[in-house]
Amino acid sequence: MSEDVESFRRRARAWIRANLDPAPQGEAGIGRARSDERELARVARAREIQRALFDAGLAGICFPVEYGGQGLSLEHLGAFNQEVAGYDCAADLQIPTFTPCAAVILEFGTEEQKRAHLPAILRGEEMWMQFLSEPSGGSDVAGALTTAVRDGDEWVLNGSKIWTTGAWWADWGLCLARTNWDAPKHRGLTVFMLRIHQPGVEVHRIEMLNGNREFCQEFITDVRIPDSDRVGDIDQGWTVGTRWMFHERTAMGGGSPYVVRPAGSGSAGLVGSGDSLWPLVVAEGRSQDPTALDLVGEAHTLALVGSALTPRIGASMRSGALNDQASALARLYSGTRSVRYATIAYELSGQSGLAWDPEAGDPDPGVGYLMRQAACIGGGTTEMARNVISERVLGMPRETSHDRDTPFRDVPRGPAAG
Amino acid sequence: MQPGLSADQQFFQETTRKFLDARCSPADLRALAADPAGYRPGWWRQGAELGWTTPLVPEAAGGGSISGAGLADLSLAAFEFGRHAAPGPLIPANVAAFSLGRSASSGGGALAAWLERLLSGAATASWLRADPPGTDLGGASLTAGAGPGGGLVIDGQAPVAEAGADADVFLVTARAGSGMVHAVVDASAAGLHRRRLEGVDLTRRWARVELDAVAVPGDQVLPAPADAGFEASSTSDASGDLAERQLCIALCLQQAESVGAMQAAFDMTLEWTANRYSFGRPLSSYQEIKHRMADMRMWLEASYAITVAAIDALDAGRPDASELASAAKAYVGHFGPELVQDCVQIHGGIGVTFDHDLHLFLRRVTAGVPAYGSPAQHRRRLAGMVAERVAS
Repeated sequence: MSEDVESFRRRARAWIRANLDPAPQGEAGIGRARSDERELARVARAREIQRALFDAGLAGICFPVEYGGQGLSLEHLGAFNQEVAGYDCAADLQIPTFTPCAAVILEFGTEEQKRAHLPAILRGEEMWMQFLSEPSGGSDVAGALTTAVRDGDEWVLNGSKIWTTGAWWADWGLCLARTNWDAPKHRGLTVFMLRIHQPGVEVHRIEMLNGNREFCQEFITDVRIPDSDRVGDIDQGWTVGTRWMFHERTAMGGGSPYVVRPAGSGSAGLVGSGDSLWPLVVAEGRSQDPTALDLVGEAHTLALVGSALTPRIGASMRSGALNDQASALARLYSGTRSVRYATIAYELSGQSGLAWDPEAGDPDPGVGYLMRQAACIGGGTTEMARNVISERVLGMPRETSHDRDTPFRDVPRGPAAG
Repeated sequence: MQPGLSADQQFFQETTRKFLDARCSPADLRALAADPAGYRPGWWRQGAELGWTTPLVPEAAGGGSISGAGLADLSLAAFEFGRHAAPGPLIPANVAAFSLGRSASSGGGALAAWLERLLSGAATASWLRADPPGTDLGGASLTAGAGPGGGLVIDGQAPVAEAGADADVFLVTARAGSGMVHAVVDASAAGLHRRRLEGVDLTRRWARVELDAVAVPGDQVLPAPADAGFEASSTSDASGDLAERQLCIALCLQQAESVGAMQAAFDMTLEWTANRYSFGRPLSSYQEIKHRMADMRMWLEASYAITVAAIDALDAGRPDASELASAAKAYVGHFGPELVQDCVQIHGGIGVTFDHDLHLFLRRVTAGVPAYGSPAQHRRRLAGMVAERVAS
């Protein structure tokens, strides 16, 4: 018989209080450059926490017992999420390692693949990344050009993937590749498990305009993958891909059984709350300025609305009131909210956002403003979200596409594709 | 649209919806536009029988809610009011019933008698509201001084009071020194003058009300409630807490109405984009239109979310209820009219005609902007809450 929710909650609470540190604060987003040492230390700490969770019988709450999980219910996970609010709990592992990567392996992997990888993931030994986007197109995921060619019991991979966060310290990639150029776009894809650090995979770190170097591009040259590392059927990669996207959306909607997501902990801890802006207002001597107060109130409103919106969409998706594509509503909201926050923060910072003393700490709203649009680009652009909402939630007509029934090799790719 | 409702709550919402479907068609609303009260005699009493007046009043005082979360229940009716642009003093009647329900048992005969008439729908109320000291939410200037026999003398003017021209009784929330007092004033009281106004809504009615040394007997003054069911961080006493709670109730109901009106306009516009063809294709096939509908759908969902969050916080007596209620007003008060105006734009010229139904909902969300504090006033109030929290 499985542990009841309340005794699980008590056990989790005791362990969390004894073993975890408070969560770091701050506006989410693509942060400024941190040293590689700090970055690696953070990742190492995440692995350590995950290992400790595993040893304590608290890892993979909704993963099956036979693959190292606890085999418990969403209610247990909900209790854990409440107890872990305000604590640092291996945030780097939740997305994309646990979902969508581990979720896809659980759903499509062979028995051998599941036994080889899922317990290792839950012990914090394997960190996974999504090898999905390509330099040729960000939003059009099914248009992958990276190609796998069968050679006996192996596949030979060539191509390039991009926007993989942290590939320089991660272990494995879930990789979407084209295996049939004569089939239409969605019917010639296959998914593979790819060990990142091996000859033939060159990881190039991309420097963002704020100095952040977390994003990577990989150049894949004649990399041989055993057929036993193929996930799902040959040329059926879009069947896998559709569920892959589903798991990603569910996680964004706050309803994934595979990730730990600390529950909200009051408005002071809200992402992008007015509280986070108030020190700027005080520093600029504008605490009586009606314009400044209006902007703080606006940012705070948007933060409170966001914290009410995500759980509502998750609940509506679980109850069936909205389909799972409705997570695009949360994505669109968070993108546009972040953009507005960055604008407000820069406005409130006055000239101190323009130039600052590096010795005196780094509020850096000016740099945050330069990175503003990243919130509407990463994880699928807001334009894509608007397409999804209008087509999949509201049932408006689909955009015409010119690649649906044409052999992929004949699909126009524009002069830039060469 | 609302996930997680109980069967009883769904039944309540369904009953109100069917009642309004049958009696508040756009043709009915147009016919009522010239009616002084904005609704037919007997209308409000019928609504009271459906449960529009009781959810915020304890059972012991003659009220009762379906789920125990009275505001959540009542907001289902408010949402349907918005979706139908329905007439009737839903907000002032319920703020008054709530306030009397908190005090009537200890306040004696006059208050209990008014409460009974409000609950049955035999009487309607208007609410005249001053802002608590130190706040600026567009409240009226109303001051109360001591009168004979524990009573009050109230002076001041409420420039725009909802349902004020036809109300039988006024709930008055006035300044008294550095605090607030609450009293009920008969519409026939000497020194109370009211003047009917024309307004933006077809069936909602407003009046200018003046109180010129109106004497209120002691038994019509609400005793300070032992427990307002709620502790507002910004106020120091129970009467102040009650004033804050009244405001939050009004804000929540008003936003629920606006969300209903947004939903109606949105649904109408989505259908229009599918049926209206230009250049040989439906409007809904243009990506520009699709993306605007997507933005609107997001505003609508977000408006629901913040409104329900505020309602739940208030029902639970949580200290963040005021913050959420202000955020709901700041958000819905801005995006409600933006959404419906964009619906007008997508309809084109017909969207600004009297014959089209869209303006019924545009009127309702527009009426929701300034009352109980404008979005800008609530943004400033939120900034004040933030400043206080960060400083402490």
